[in-house]
Amino acid sequence: MRVLLENLTKRFASRTEKGRDVIAVNNFCFEIPDGQLVGLLGPSGCGKSTTLNLISGLETPSEGRILFGDQDVTRLPPEERGVGLVFQNYALYPHLTVEENIIFPLQNLKGKQKMTKEAMHEKALEAARLVQIDPLMERKPKELSGGQQQRVAIARALVKIPNVLLLDEPLSNLDARLRLQTREELRRIQRDTGVTTIFVTHDQEEAMSISDLIIVMKDGVVNQIGKPQEVYDDPVNLFVAQFLGTPAINVLEGELRGGRLFIGEEAVLDMPGKADGPVWVGIRPEGFLLDENGPFTCALDRVEVMGRDVSVVCTHGKMTGRNIRAIIPSEDRNSIRGETVRFRLKPAKVHVFDRESEARR
Amino acid sequence: MKTKNNWKAWLYLLPAIAFLAVFMVYPLIDVCVYALEENYSFAQGEATGIGLANFRYVLSDPYFVQAVKNTFLIVIITVPVSTGVSLLISLGLSSIKKLQNAFQTIYFLPYVTNTLAVGLVFMILFRKTDYTEGLVNLLLGKLGLGGVDFIEGPYWAKMFVMCFYTVWVVMPFKILIMTSALASVNPDYYKAAKVDGASSFRIFRKITLPMISSTVFYLIITGFIGAFKAYSDEVALFGTNLNAAGMNTIVGYVYDMLYGSSGGYPSYAAAAALILFAIVFTITYINLTVSKKTVQYV
Repeated sequence: MRVLLENLTKRFASRTEKGRDVIAVNNFCFEIPDGQLVGLLGPSGCGKSTTLNLISGLETPSEGRILFGDQDVTRLPPEERGVGLVFQNYALYPHLTVEENIIFPLQNLKGKQKMTKEAMHEKALEAARLVQIDPLMERKPKELSGGQQQRVAIARALVKIPNVLLLDEPLSNLDARLRLQTREELRRIQRDTGVTTIFVTHDQEEAMSISDLIIVMKDGVVNQIGKPQEVYDDPVNLFVAQFLGTPAINVLEGELRGGRLFIGEEAVLDMPGKADGPVWVGIRPEGFLLDENGPFTCALDRVEVMGRDVSVVCTHGKMTGRNIRAIIPSEDRNSIRGETVRFRLKPAKVHVFDRESEARR
Repeated sequence: MKTKNNWKAWLYLLPAIAFLAVFMVYPLIDVCVYALEENYSFAQGEATGIGLANFRYVLSDPYFVQAVKNTFLIVIITVPVSTGVSLLISLGLSSIKKLQNAFQTIYFLPYVTNTLAVGLVFMILFRKTDYTEGLVNLLLGKLGLGGVDFIEGPYWAKMFVMCFYTVWVVMPFKILIMTSALASVNPDYYKAAKVDGASSFRIFRKITLPMISSTVFYLIITGFIGAFKAYSDEVALFGTNLNAAGMNTIVGYVYDMLYGSSGGYPSYAAAAALILFAIVFTITYINLTVSKKTVQYV
């Protein structure tokens, strides 16, 4: 089902008497098309979970509307919205077995929707099969591994066939290997069911790898919405550029003068048609090409071998971080010699941002 | 783990063991000895024989039978009522946000109030004298009822006051424990249940209650034991001559047999104490067996 958020705002009263209200979610507008897997991405405390709670109905918005399909659900309680919610800690009822946990939402159905015991059992089994935990139906949550617990939580959220499936940091409690496995699993389950799914994460790699669409948030404000690759290639501001990508983008002080980009006194790139002025220069690590006659000179610190690639760590007088990282194919490393390295830059991997507003120039 | 320095551990335990031996183990053995010695006399310090005569006497003593009846009535009425009402109050307390601390303090006050002072207040509330009807009777009078002396009147009235008083005195502790048990339930469970569409009653039945069941059972078991040992509350309400008031309890009977106006019979007291022990032991055993089957340890 399509999900539409219109001017959604959530304010929390300040804890101190004189303090200002905290705006957790500020004037959100976005549309999630039917059947998509959407990653809500941002640093801790940016309002991602609040947004999720607003969509689920656990919190009511201060302003704005939420629509599922054409139905306005802004004032509906959670149980009438038809959402499935998976908590970060899974919130499986510890005293119930896996089957009892999965069946719980079905037992709450009232009136016409009420189901017979056999039908409920059948449904639960179906959901359990989907997440492949059907052999563990009689276990208690504490007898399951973290990954299995999460599958149960997803099965419980899916058993009623929700309009929207919401997942709050679904992978953060899993170890690294399981996380990779589970995110693919998540993608598969979402494809199999076709349920519109929104998941919250602070891990950009996680969001990029499985989402159809990512929404990048900062301080309660949506910064950018788009397909992962588009957002990565075409960030609207410095924050988005810095938040996406590992290793992170290199940021340097630079200046636009006469259609050319200067870092220090070196004219590193032609950028015709852009107004003069001081800028932040963002260069993706993969945007460097080793070139003995290249325009951009850095002091070499060390070379880190990563197998297929090498990471050239250097420093520069205009850099803002601790160092600059360039990723180059490992066969090129032999040409690195001496105390400086010179690079040519790939135009598509260099973004310039306004020094004041940090918006893309 | 086996170590050769076992004696060190025993050395550290010695003070506690010595203390327990003198004040717990020896008296316990002594109680059994007293209970079995027939016609023991304080003056001569000797008995005529060994047997169950003391038990036979105690069990046929109408005062003891009355005490057992009173004790059981108090236990059966006050334990479920106080636990249930405490649970309701705790649920209320944990669901309000404003003034929660203030209410918690108010509900905890009886716990720190002197038993005798509370007893006095209850007497003023319930007693009917030549000069005044008592506050409760005045209120009952407005409803067209009343005229009952709750302190020196009929048995049911006295028992009512007794149970009312006991419930009132034991509730604060239960509320305190249950409120903290409720607070320790992860709120995510409630959120999950809410999203899953569970009604508040179902959330209580299926989630809250199982999650705090170990605490509830702890309170029921200690509640049973505490109520079986009731004595001071009775004294606070009805004075020291409980036999005359018909409101004696088993512990009261034990005390009377030892130090009461017609006391001086340690053998009868010991026999009564052992009977009480057997009762408490049996009930606690049943409680634990039931709890093992129903309590969710999470």
